[in-house]
Amino acid sequence: MVTIAAGTQRRGRRQPEEGQALILAATRRVTRQRVLLSAIHSVIGLAFLLPMLWVIDAAFSVHASPLLTRPSFTLVNFRSALSLGAGRAIGNSLYLAVVSTVIATAVSVLAAYALSRQRVPLKGTLLVGTLVLSGLPITLLLIPIYIMYVHLNWLNSPFYTSLALAASSVPFAIWLLKNFIDQVPKEFEEAAAIEGSGGMRILWRVIVPLATPGILVAAIITFINSWGAFLLPLVLDANPANTPASIGIYDNILANSQVSYGPLAAYAILFSVPVIVLYLISTRWLHGGFSFAGGVKG
Amino acid sequence: MTVATAPAGDLAPGSSRANDRERFKPSTLLWISPATAILVGLFLVPIGYAIYLGFTNLQLLGPHAQFYNFTGLANADRMVHDPQFWSSVKLTLIFVIGSGIVAQTILGMALALLGQRSFLTVRMSVGSIVIVAWVLPEIACAFLWYAFSQAGGPLSHLIGKPGDDLLSTVPFLIVCVANVWRGTAFSMLILSAGLRGVPEEVDEAAQLEGASYWRRLFRVTLPIIRPTILVNMLLITIGTISDFTLIYAMTQGGPGTSTAILPVFMYIEAFTYNALGYGTAIALALMVIGLLISAVYIHQLRPELRRGQ
Repeated sequence: MVTIAAGTQRRGRRQPEEGQALILAATRRVTRQRVLLSAIHSVIGLAFLLPMLWVIDAAFSVHASPLLTRPSFTLVNFRSALSLGAGRAIGNSLYLAVVSTVIATAVSVLAAYALSRQRVPLKGTLLVGTLVLSGLPITLLLIPIYIMYVHLNWLNSPFYTSLALAASSVPFAIWLLKNFIDQVPKEFEEAAAIEGSGGMRILWRVIVPLATPGILVAAIITFINSWGAFLLPLVLDANPANTPASIGIYDNILANSQVSYGPLAAYAILFSVPVIVLYLISTRWLHGGFSFAGGVKG
Repeated sequence: MTVATAPAGDLAPGSSRANDRERFKPSTLLWISPATAILVGLFLVPIGYAIYLGFTNLQLLGPHAQFYNFTGLANADRMVHDPQFWSSVKLTLIFVIGSGIVAQTILGMALALLGQRSFLTVRMSVGSIVIVAWVLPEIACAFLWYAFSQAGGPLSHLIGKPGDDLLSTVPFLIVCVANVWRGTAFSMLILSAGLRGVPEEVDEAAQLEGASYWRRLFRVTLPIIRPTILVNMLLITIGTISDFTLIYAMTQGGPGTSTAILPVFMYIEAFTYNALGYGTAIALALMVIGLLISAVYIHQLRPELRRGQ
């Protein structure tokens, strides 16, 4: 009521009597409208929620089927998921994600710092080239990379698969980090330089601490991309012992005509929770959900 | 570290010019060499190699696995006369334009606009749900929709045909719906940010002139955030055009080839039928399509780009 009164007073000065009635009517209409719009908004949200409800329901039901059942809050499906190899596969996913994140972040920080602060020949061309590459999906380069890996004898090696995953994130990470480092005031480095610190020391002691949010966001984006990666590990690593969880889930969908929905739903949840947590962490670092825009490629 | 002191006049617009004044030090090459090695080794060399392979008859197994040769335009010729290729192009365009650009932009815009006016709790909870759908690993999304659309599954009950396996009856529609479900959050986030950037005074001025909500939306708000919408569409295109996991995990391109968009078609030709050379040619065609679509956006964005300089 207070806000309505204030609004009336402010605008009422122009059109005393009539305006007041008009604005009161408008406020009432807006409120009813707001309820209606909220209802529409909720219905759309519900449509998005429904498939997720199913997977949570199936994971906790003894007799999980494609239909919604009454959940029995059992952990039996999670135990079955682990016996399907979820534990080992998630471990393999973790290896791919961690190694590729370390490689991509380290390499990109070095390059981004040089591109931000030092004189690099053809800098403009390099920056535009990196931007173009960040829009080029590495899946399109799958076959030549596969043949290169055959010749280099790099197939079936989790490390070299991680290297390819790292490469797919490097162009975007360089761009993101260069923008972050550009915003770090130069005075800090100049002070450190006067004290006689070398480039590497300045990067480590001055830039890295000040650009931590940017570095974390770049690292988390790379991690999430590599964690969910499917096609590159599918082609580059045929050794069943190295299978990441993304391919583990796929193999289990295909394994037999009778899909075991409960354990697979549990498997999918175990595999999804880490990236949801990481996403929440990263939004805290960048104040708001927009942080990821442009980051996650399929 | 030597900081070159340039005359103040030369430093004028921004500090990037000041950086360039700095003397080139050979040590800089050390800083950028690891990234350069990765980008050259895993992007530039493969691109060059792909262009070469696209014109060969290389096979994964069989007579041309070891001793392949340059076959000129044979792959291009085969592609042009391959009805499967053209149906894949058609599916890819529907997938990218329909379930990507159009559906995700409209739904993302609807969610962003509703978010401006609905209650805070509704906005927060719907926003979180939509974002979780986007953050989920793609394979989890594929499994979810695979199970959701099985015969007797929730979706079949919802539409009143409980006996239908929707991945057999309307497979392409289901993968498109799954793609919209997964991708909309991205547009919602970008467009919400764009809408927040529209100055309130502009909308209030139009409101005082008595313009209706829809008129203000189409005549004032949308033109202001046009660059955001275009960039959003470009990013959706880049993200969707190479999408493989979602469709492959749900249908393997089937039944038959009814959901084989180009990346899936490429994979099947290369790794199921062993035609690596032909597969590479398909990848090149996909790259060309992607570049053409991107060129349209960049052409559309030209006024904004020019103004930005």
